[in-house]
Amino acid sequence: MEPRMNAPAVVAAPAAKDFKSAYKPVWCPGCGDYSVLAAITKALAQLGLRPENVAVVSGIGCSSRIPAYTTCYGFHGVHGRSLPAATGLKAARPDLTVLVASGDGDGYSIGGNHFLHACRRNIDLTYIVMDNHVYGMTKGQPSPTTEPDWSSKLAPGGTGLREFHPLVIALASGANFIARAFSGDPNGCAALIAQAVRHPGFSFVEVLSPCVTFRPEQREWKTRVHAAPVEPTDDPGRAARRLMTDDGFNIGVLYQGSRAPYRPAGGSAQRVEDLECQFRL
Amino acid sequence: MARAYAMELEATERYAQFAEQLDTHNNREVAQMFRKLADVEALHAKRILEEMHWPSMPALPPAYAWETAEGPETAPFDSMHYLMQPFHALEIALRCEQQAQEYFEDIAAKTAPEKVRRAALEMAEEEREHVRLIRDWMRRVPQPGPGWDEDPDPPSTTE
Repeated sequence: MEPRMNAPAVVAAPAAKDFKSAYKPVWCPGCGDYSVLAAITKALAQLGLRPENVAVVSGIGCSSRIPAYTTCYGFHGVHGRSLPAATGLKAARPDLTVLVASGDGDGYSIGGNHFLHACRRNIDLTYIVMDNHVYGMTKGQPSPTTEPDWSSKLAPGGTGLREFHPLVIALASGANFIARAFSGDPNGCAALIAQAVRHPGFSFVEVLSPCVTFRPEQREWKTRVHAAPVEPTDDPGRAARRLMTDDGFNIGVLYQGSRAPYRPAGGSAQRVEDLECQFRL
Repeated sequence: MARAYAMELEATERYAQFAEQLDTHNNREVAQMFRKLADVEALHAKRILEEMHWPSMPALPPAYAWETAEGPETAPFDSMHYLMQPFHALEIALRCEQQAQEYFEDIAAKTAPEKVRRAALEMAEEEREHVRLIRDWMRRVPQPGPGWDEDPDPPSTTE
């Protein structure tokens, strides 16, 4: 039987390499972010998504270079503002899978307030924070997750400040999915990112991603990380106790809530012309 | 054999990524070395396809089904340094080949069906040969002296 002229073409599902752009990353060799990029592309392939149905939004920092290295839609925004941009995008285009890439400086310091409210809104985003406990791009200043006694040229004797605890903050603020991954395990990291994307609402994946240039001692993280010895819980009280006593190296899904994601009234049904009307002078 | 094929493919991909990283950082000599290693691994993968008479890659379990974080022949991303020398690249390759050899020896030592055991022993033998070849190669490149990673103008200097 001859094939019908209008038979739909069989399109193969994209592989991880199809999510990688022609731009070559400029991170330091050995940086954990290479592995996170590999994990993101693997996760998107595992989910059977197509690059044109995914948007990657970022702020500023080493990790925030990621959108350019993918073939998805990308938006490299301003420092700390990746979440508001991504929130607007998801509200306007709920059909897109929206990933947000950030680092501990961008996401927890200047973007800290947006982090709280993104968790609270619980819009269907996947927030991937590559945490290396330092501002790498600007040459090694302490970040909100830097240990108080980490001494460097820029902070002799350490900051003496208590570290920010992003997973606890995320839980207290209403994030619907909280996980920790390790860049040294790109396949495990890909599986967690895929799980986070599948989970409705605001999913937060903190990825321990060593900075080999300013924090070479973080190469030892691979000897410290371990699978979380507990099953994911949907009980915020239990999750809070776990996270408060967490050693910072538990890898896995630590909280999986069931709160319905936020969807703006009217959804994406509003026409651009109607929106423009409101701004016409 | 499907696992052996996946292992070679993953190693090919990782060495190619390393070559790209070092190209970006203008370490052309080691980038070239990693490109050669990627070519060698790609050749091994092709040979497996030919030996098995597989037209293309067979269905595989998910890549993260490895017992370790990645395939035994895949070098971790953090093995890299922008000032590394060819000897270091070969050290990485040596470790990967040794791990691959141990992986197949382990399969052969476990109670596996006779056919699987025989194939694993063959693969272990092949990896042993690769270990030998890499060791030969290492003898032909200069060994890095002390302070090879010292940079008179390091990128981490604060102004």
